[in-house]
Amino acid sequence: MAAQIMAIVTMEKENIAGGAPIFAVKSPDELQKTAFTLEKILDAMVHQINEKTLVIVRHR
Amino acid sequence: MLLKELFANEYVIPLIFGFTFGILTRLYLLRTDYRQYPTYPHGTMIHLALGAIASGLGAVAVPSLLKENYTAVTFLSLAAQQFRDVRNMERTSLQAVDETELVPRGKTYIEGIAQLFEGRNYLVILSSMVTTLATVLYNWWGGVIAGILTVLIARLFKSGKNLAHIVSVDHAEVRVDGPDLYVGDIYIMNVGSRDAQQVIREYGMGFILTPKNMNANVTISHPGQRQALLHDASTQLGVYTDEGEPSLTPLAKRDMKTGRIGVFLLPLIQDKEQAKAIICKVPILESTVRMPSEAPVNQRGGN
Repeated sequence: MAAQIMAIVTMEKENIAGGAPIFAVKSPDELQKTAFTLEKILDAMVHQINEKTLVIVRHR
Repeated sequence: MLLKELFANEYVIPLIFGFTFGILTRLYLLRTDYRQYPTYPHGTMIHLALGAIASGLGAVAVPSLLKENYTAVTFLSLAAQQFRDVRNMERTSLQAVDETELVPRGKTYIEGIAQLFEGRNYLVILSSMVTTLATVLYNWWGGVIAGILTVLIARLFKSGKNLAHIVSVDHAEVRVDGPDLYVGDIYIMNVGSRDAQQVIREYGMGFILTPKNMNANVTISHPGQRQALLHDASTQLGVYTDEGEPSLTPLAKRDMKTGRIGVFLLPLIQDKEQAKAIICKVPILESTVRMPSEAPVNQRGGN
């Protein structure tokens, strides 16, 4: 069961770097909406790292 | 005329008895229940046909032995080969189906089912063999008694144990604490999507399985056993999920300190008592059973 980060949605872009696509958003509401869309598109799961950052992870 | 000639053969009646009881045994062991496996009517047909072959093989073995035709017994090895293929066939087809299952059975459950189908064919051979022999030795009533006895023995094999034997099942509250999902005090997973959290609050149902002893603790920790539980519960209660919705996945996690299992379900039928009854009835998979208490190191002053 290798999990893979497909995308990152965050309100603090300056704290994140790396291989996955990063979506910078402005508000908590936008954060949730973007994550929701990405979840449906990628068939992957949203996990919350902290209040301002969500990662979209594909398990298996 | 032909019939008369046929019945003149001393082995025809025993063969018929053996064959009949063989098929009866297979029929008795072949029950399509909520699992809908073997699928009805074609899957059932396949297994009846194989059962007929098995019972024919078992029945014919006896006259060939009695006629001192010992080499004929080698075809029993052919039968064994044949039924190993049954196991392969079951495994392959179930694994293929499992890939598209919303809540998969898991490899261990599939292996268990495949093993069981092979084993049952041997039971059929035994049944027809014993019945034929008894008919040859003690007339027709001997055959009937032996036949009924073997069906009873087959029944003994049929009834496996279920989870209620090794764990106690208690309902527990599903708690969504920020992104963290708990069943009782057992951590299940991190759910980041607000939508999914809402669905889980609405549909989530939790149970805690407490193992009754050390053997149960090790057996229930087997991921294959837990997957079987989730699959069985989801088949019987329905499941609130779809393809590509990994946030809504029934899960069973282990509390490593105590060995308790937190079960998180998303049933369509929101009936706690029914769900509990279903979990209690989940079969214990043969290959997950562990008996650490039988180990010599654990017997000195162990529990």
